[in-house]
Amino acid sequence: MATGLTLKELSKKEDRLTHGHRMCSGCGAPTVVKMVLLATDYPVIASNATGCLEVSTCISEYTAWKIPWIHTAFENAAATLSGVETMYRSLKKRGMIDKEIKFIAFGGDGGTYDIGLQSLSGAMERGHDMIYICYDNGAYMNTGIQRSSATPLGADTTTCPAGSVIPGKLRSRKDLTKIMAAHNIPYAAQASPSHWMDLMKKVKKAHEIKGPKFMNILSPCNRGWRSKTNDSITLSKLAVNSCYWPLYEIEDGVTKITYTPKEKVPVAEFMKPQGRFKHLFAPENEWLLKAVQEEVDKEWEKLQKEAKCG
Amino acid sequence: MKPKGWKDLAPGAVVLEGGSAVNFKTGSWRAFRPVWKEENCIQCLFCWLYCPDMAIKVKDGKRAEFDYDFCKGCGICALECPGKKGKKAIEMVEEGK
Repeated sequence: MATGLTLKELSKKEDRLTHGHRMCSGCGAPTVVKMVLLATDYPVIASNATGCLEVSTCISEYTAWKIPWIHTAFENAAATLSGVETMYRSLKKRGMIDKEIKFIAFGGDGGTYDIGLQSLSGAMERGHDMIYICYDNGAYMNTGIQRSSATPLGADTTTCPAGSVIPGKLRSRKDLTKIMAAHNIPYAAQASPSHWMDLMKKVKKAHEIKGPKFMNILSPCNRGWRSKTNDSITLSKLAVNSCYWPLYEIEDGVTKITYTPKEKVPVAEFMKPQGRFKHLFAPENEWLLKAVQEEVDKEWEKLQKEAKCG
Repeated sequence: MKPKGWKDLAPGAVVLEGGSAVNFKTGSWRAFRPVWKEENCIQCLFCWLYCPDMAIKVKDGKRAEFDYDFCKGCGICALECPGKKGKKAIEMVEEGK
């Protein structure tokens, strides 16, 4: 039975990711998974690329998952799930299964943008009926905050440390949502846990579309972002309102912005509470902060143009 | 004494059921404890939604007590709580005080 998107109704649903998991205090990822599963009204099978979410939700004999869940290596969450989905289709064809089952792959930005990119690209191209969800926290947080291709420009990580030689990462992040949309898949979207209704609507919509779907969801990490444990929702809200993380969807090649901030705040407001950007507020790095703002503005304008063209 | 073979060892690290993590309590991680003040609660359920540890109980659509066995004390609930007339329904209190 489909659940309406009211918190009162949603709260009556069973937790399919239970408490007792060992993600850090204040982590954004369990909230992202919780919202995705709350918006899923079907039996679901998940695969999970190696990463924070995988290692801390299934330790020894303790698992926080109440759904069939497969731990895969770093690079093959999409490949593993596409195999399971193919088996399901085969069993269904032979009349050995009649349930409507949905498939979700979870991966962090390291397992999605970098290591798992080729298997993800393959699964999308082959057209498997599944959703790939990337919870993007912008670095390899699980192994100690190493830069990934999702790490934003100017961020301090352990492999691009800000100091007298370089002011943090000197390259911009890769726009993975657009790369996935370029596979001409029926649905690609970007979401944030701060805008839960938007996120859940996108998940619901994705489940009703046949074929490969991709969702990129911002997932604040207070350890890697060097921020407070209580600010994951506040920071994701600032990311959206500064247009650093615009909320949009690309359905059958048509771009639609699903949320336009009432007032676009400077990206510095999103960056200021985060220690990984602390050095950008020093006078000698003013140029880089300006460059970050210019880049955000440029990307936002580009997206608005794309949305206008349809 | 006859040495034991691998078949004699007790099985370990076997997941016997889904959601077995409920037997692993994470409440001891907490440095600050959220305290719910029901009189300021407007039942918006944002705390339940944003809690990363599923440590806020809701019964029949109404907010119930914190589950202190699992709350890690991150404080997201207290920060996001809109409260009533400017008064928050969740306050963070240092443990042991």
